[in-house]
Order: sequence, then structure tokens, then C-alpha cells
Amino acid sequence: MSPWISGRRPEKGLIEMQIKMRGISKAFGPVRVLEGVDFTLTAGEIHALMGENGAGKSTLMKILCGVYQSDAGSIEVDGHPVHIRSTTDAEALGIAIIHQELNLIPQLSVMENLFLGREPRRFGMIDSRRMREEATQWLTLVGAAHIKPEAEAGTLSIGQQQMVEIAKALSLNAQVLIMDEPTAALTEREIDKLFAIMSDLKAKGVAIVYVSHRMEEIFHICDKISVLRDGQFVGERVIAQTNFDEIVKLMVGREIGDRFPQRDSALGDVRLKVDQLADEGNVSGIDFDVRAGEVLGIAGLMGAGRSEILKTIFGVNHRTAGEITLDGTRVALPSPSAAIDAGIGFVTEDRKSQGLVLGLSVRENATLVHLDQYARAGIVNGRAEREAVNKLIDELHIRTRDAELDVKSLSGGNQQKVVFAKWLASPPKVLLLDEPTRGVDVGGKAEIYHIINRLAAAGTAIVMVSSELPEVMAMSDRILVMHQGRQAGIFDARTATQETIMTAATGGN
Amino acid sequence: MTPQTKATLQKLGPFIALLIICIGLSFMSADFLTVGNLMNVMRQVSINALIAFGMTLVILLGGIDLSVGSILAVSSVLTAMLMKAGCDPIIATLAGILAGAVMGSINGLVIAKGKVAPFIATLGMMTVLRGLSLVFSNGSPITGFSSDFFSMLGGGYVAGLIPVPVVWMLLMFALFWFVLKKTVFGRHVYATGGNAEAAKLSGVKTDRVQIGVYTLSGAMAAMAGIVLTSRLNSAQPTAGSGYELDAIAAVVLGGTSLTGGRGWIFGTLVGALLIGVLNNGLNLLGVSSFYQQVIKGVVILLAVLLDRANKK
Repeated sequence: MSPWISGRRPEKGLIEMQIKMRGISKAFGPVRVLEGVDFTLTAGEIHALMGENGAGKSTLMKILCGVYQSDAGSIEVDGHPVHIRSTTDAEALGIAIIHQELNLIPQLSVMENLFLGREPRRFGMIDSRRMREEATQWLTLVGAAHIKPEAEAGTLSIGQQQMVEIAKALSLNAQVLIMDEPTAALTEREIDKLFAIMSDLKAKGVAIVYVSHRMEEIFHICDKISVLRDGQFVGERVIAQTNFDEIVKLMVGREIGDRFPQRDSALGDVRLKVDQLADEGNVSGIDFDVRAGEVLGIAGLMGAGRSEILKTIFGVNHRTAGEITLDGTRVALPSPSAAIDAGIGFVTEDRKSQGLVLGLSVRENATLVHLDQYARAGIVNGRAEREAVNKLIDELHIRTRDAELDVKSLSGGNQQKVVFAKWLASPPKVLLLDEPTRGVDVGGKAEIYHIINRLAAAGTAIVMVSSELPEVMAMSDRILVMHQGRQAGIFDARTATQETIMTAATGGN
Repeated sequence: MTPQTKATLQKLGPFIALLIICIGLSFMSADFLTVGNLMNVMRQVSINALIAFGMTLVILLGGIDLSVGSILAVSSVLTAMLMKAGCDPIIATLAGILAGAVMGSINGLVIAKGKVAPFIATLGMMTVLRGLSLVFSNGSPITGFSSDFFSMLGGGYVAGLIPVPVVWMLLMFALFWFVLKKTVFGRHVYATGGNAEAAKLSGVKTDRVQIGVYTLSGAMAAMAGIVLTSRLNSAQPTAGSGYELDAIAAVVLGGTSLTGGRGWIFGTLVGALLIGVLNNGLNLLGVSSFYQQVIKGVVILLAVLLDRANKK
């Protein structure tokens, strides 16, 4: 039993609660994921944990919250060694994790989710009144009093569900909150709200581990930053005393050069022209054109209809009005396969559910779109296929030992490069990109920017939706801003500022 | 052991199990390891294997086809009726297989275009078609249509040694192996079963893949029906009931995942042989048929549990 479980909790202000992980090592079979990692977390701080995909961040956090056991090393809480053998042990120590994929049961109500497995009882029956009262208290505590305890969890927005998860963690007496990419699916407004709650929790002495790839956010909200690289601890910095470049260098172990590489492609003729496009209620009145060699960024808040524009062009969503012209010819594009035949490619937002078939190999994924190119009379020429795949692997610097490995064994950035490879076997006239660098680490991002630039230079017209404003601003020639399903304007990226974009995106003038 | 060798061993698990059982049986019974008995086993296995090959594609899609037994009966009855009406046996046979394909394509249409869950769609078809086979045959077996060609399909021998149904089985095995391994259609089956949305967004016409697969499954069930009808020299409207479960068992024993996207046709052949060898061995050893069912069920559960444990 740890001293905490037996009831003695350090009094606030007297002893600073501290978790020390020392020399943590972990291997899965022959693969060493962590080697002698140190990590120190103190009450009342927001501590960013950074590193490229595969650096070992999530493994380290899973050891801290009892999902995995370390092979070597120790964990101390307030100087007392503890053994965290299960998530129950971690819970008893006040350590809670909020996963990227939220874990609420959508069919149950908010309060049923909050008290799942520990429902307040009265005469053996669930005491709904008490449950509602307590749920309201916890929701109020995280500034989410507007969420009704009776509401079905599945009807809440992702941001609201996250609030419920945080409330649940606190109701379990969490002193340490681990948040894994919490802002990935949030709107600007929800992010602001989340940050306000995090500051509030910090002031109350909660320690927060913040795992994210978003540099701007980390420098905005965090106090300290620990960096892992290839399973090793490479350093801890105080945010106020470091800068962006130093952190990137720690993460990748080298200078990556420009964060956003320069592109100098000459603009050609208009390739894609969209007139008064509308779908079944998400977007309407969309008007733009993209030239060969041009990158048109699409910015806007979550839910403003950015992805829907791409889906409607690609024939996933039903187009109810408007015209699409490709290289001067009007096209119908009723389905994805028709769009592909017309020369359009689509790198989808969610590579796991829409981009890749995870059970298939790198080769089989990379050739899925253009398999016909290597086939005659429906029979695949295995050698032609393998040669083409090896060429793509070289060109896109996909790091895999073998094209026959399951694509799910690759890191996020390399998986995303396989998604690009699908479309590049035959260079598309137009490539639609939906959040092309989501969940990709800094080094991988730079490589993907290079791929985008190379495609543009070769004459592909690119339409890119992104939630990362710096990325849209740096990578685009022009930026189309969406507001509530309508186009708020198209701005020249050279003259636009973050303020002008955000003003347009929020409906201001 | 590298992960790759481990994966290969795992994949060959059912095959190794089959070898072990065969070796064990050859010690336990002097009659097991004889050419005559082995050919007999293969012939008994062939009908289940033919259905199971089609079922493999269906299960690779993450679907299920419960209607194969009923399709078998309808095709069998139709073929017999055609021949009795004086139709050429070759044409009657092809018509029977075509009918199976049509019935399968209805499954596919209902599932792909009507968005009905495969379990429900094929459960409905199973009942409808069983009824139709009784309607067509008026509820009684059809006999008296024998011809040399038709009797050969299920009862003949090649080179006086290999039963013709075994030849069908091996030919279809080779064909399905080729389709899955070497054709665009086969790749699209794996992709659709592994992640239908990603496949669709990659331009795979997933509806067509589904319809194609259920059509093939229907045709294979009909082919099994022809072999059975030829062997029995009569078409039974109640034939084939429960065959869907044997076929599913063979596919699952062979290591194909019920959630789709993962599996291979060799595994299904081995799975069907495993069931056949087990039946044969237990018969040779004089185990009562009541116990045989218990043992078969336990073996299937054990095989799947082992597979689970290995994958962890």
C-alpha cells in the first residue's frame, strides 16, 4: 500500500507532490521501446511530453498509468517507491489518463458514464437523484455546467465529451492527469475553454502531462517540457527558457532546416474550377479555382464545412448544386471511382479509418488506387507492382524494412507517406489533402511538405484543408476561409495575417 | 525466432495439426493410411470444401452466407427436373450452376445495395430457397434422370484412382488461390473486407466486389449440389441443411478471420480436410456418432482458442 492509499495525502503548500520515474526501460519482444528514461512531474505544473512518433511517449505514459509494467526502473511518489501493476493501482494513486480516442459509452447518459461501475446506490438500486447532483457538481467544477447530466453522451460534441472525461477523472480523485493529443479534434473555442480549465486545475495543484505535436499550444500553455528520442530521455527544459528551434533539435537530433520548405513553382493554367458548389446542407455557394502548381489552403473552424468541400468534389458526399470543371471540361464525378478516373486524388483526414487498410501490407496499400496499372485482364503482374512500390518507397523516403510488412507496423508519419504513395503512382491533376500532417511528428511533417511542394512543382493543383494555421499560411498560395458552411473569403497568403484569417473564420469583418 | 517465422508457423498451424492427427491415426488404425481410405476421405471432404471456398471469400469480406445449403438444394432440384424433362445433362448442369450464381447475386444485391446485414439477408434467403426447393419438387426426392455424363460428375474416377469430385475440389482450390493472390478482384476483396471505407475512397467499387463474392458463393454451393446429386442419383429438396455451418467451420479452422480482411484459401482446404479426417478417424476407431459430434465441436473451439492465444 502506498502512503496515499492509506489516506495520508500531502498537505497543499507544505510538500510539493512529486512523481519521479527513474531509469524506465521497456521492450516488446526484441524491440526496445524505452531505455533508462527519467521523467519528473510536480504538482501544479503542466508538463509537455514531446518526441517524434515512435519515440516512446505513449509507452512511458502507459507505464505510469498501469497499462504496461516496466522491465527496469523505479517510480516514486513523494519519495516513496510505488509499484503500479494495474490501472486500478494508478487510479488509487490519483493518476488518470484521458485518451485521444474518448472512452465514453455513447448510448449512456453523461452521469451514467461519470459513475460507471461505482453508481451511488440506495437499497441496492441506483440512486439517480444523488447521481445527478454529484454529476452536476463535478461538471460545474470543470466549467461545464451547461452539459446536462441526463444527456446521452453520444450527442455531445468531442469537446464536451472531453470535459466529461476530465470531470470523471477528477471525481476519481485524480491528482495527475495525462492528456494525449487533447486538442486534435477540438474547435478553436473549445481549445480556449480546455486551456482555461487546465490553468484552473493547475492552480488547484493538479499535475498535467500534455502530449501533443502542436508546438504553438505547448509554448502557450505548458510550464516544462521533456523530450524523448528513440526511447531515450534527451532533456527537460523550462518553457520560458527555451525556444522552438531548440526543442525541434532535441526531438529529431539534428537541424531539420526550414520548418516550412520554400516552394518555387510557376503557376500554370486553371486545373480545377468550382462554381456555386453545394452539398446536402453542410456547405453552399463555394466558388474557387486552383491552378497547376498552386496550393489553395482551406482554413476555418471545426465544423465550418472544410472537409465537406473536398468530399463533395470527390463524390463522397452528394452534390446538390454547382459545377466542377477540370482542365476546362465540365465533369460529373458522382463517385470516388469517377473522381479518380478523372485525375483527382484525395488524402483523407483519418488515415486509420479512411486512408489505409491496416491489415494489408505497405505494398498492397500503396497500389490500391492504381492497381490496374500493373494488371492485364485483371491479373496483377507481381514484379511490375513490386518495382513500382519500391520506387515510391525510395521517392517518398518511407521508412520500412520491407514492403511486405503490415502497414500498421509503421510510424504515423510513414503511414501518412503510404497514403500519399497511393495517389502518386500516377500523378494526379488535382490532389485534395485533408489535414495531411495530423498526428505526424515534426520531422515527418517537413518531409510531407517537401512531397507537397514537389507535386505542385510537377503541375498538380493542390487543395489543402488544415486546422494548423501556421501550416496553412506557410504552405498555401491563397487561403479560402470557411465560416458556417459558407465561404468567408479568399486571401492572398503573402499578405494575410493570422488575425485576418481568424476574423473571417469567426464571422467578423 | 523472428516475427516473420513466427507468423508463418502460426499460419501453418492448422496444417501442422492436420499432419499430427494423420500420423496419430495411422498408428491407431491400420485402415487409415491406405490409398483407398485417403481417397474416400478426400471425396467426402470435397462437397464441404467446394462450399467453403466460396464461403472464404464471403468471410474475407466480413460477411457470412447462411443460404448455401438451400442454394445447393434448389440447384440440385432444378438440374434434376431439367434432365427429367429431357434436357441435355451438360446444359442442365450448367443451368444449375447458373441458378446458384443468380441466387447468390440476389444475396449480394440485398446486402450491397439494400444495406441489409449479411446474416439477416442470407438467413432470409435460406428460408425462402428451402421453401422453393420443396415447392419445385413437391416435397419428394427426384430420381430417374441418370446419364453417363451426369453420374461421372460425382461418382467417376480419373485414372481409376482419383474420384472426380476430388478433381473438382483441387481445380477450384487452384482457381480460388489464383483469384485471391493474383487478380485485382482478389486484392479488392481483401481491401473491402479490411476497411470498406478506405477501399471505397481508393476507388474500389465495393458494391460490385460484394455482389461478385456472393454470386461466387452461390455458384460454388450449386456446384457442390451437382456433385451431391450425381453421387446420390437423386435430388433431395431437404439436401444441404446444416452445410453452411460445416463450411464456416472449415473457413474458421483454416485461420480466416470472421471480422474480414485476413485469411487464405489454403487454410480453408486444410480446415475442410481436418474435419473430414476427424470424421473418418473417429469412424474407423468405432467412436459412436453421438460422441463424434461432441469431439468435433471441441476441436473447433480448441483450434480457435489456440489461434486467439497465439495472436496475443
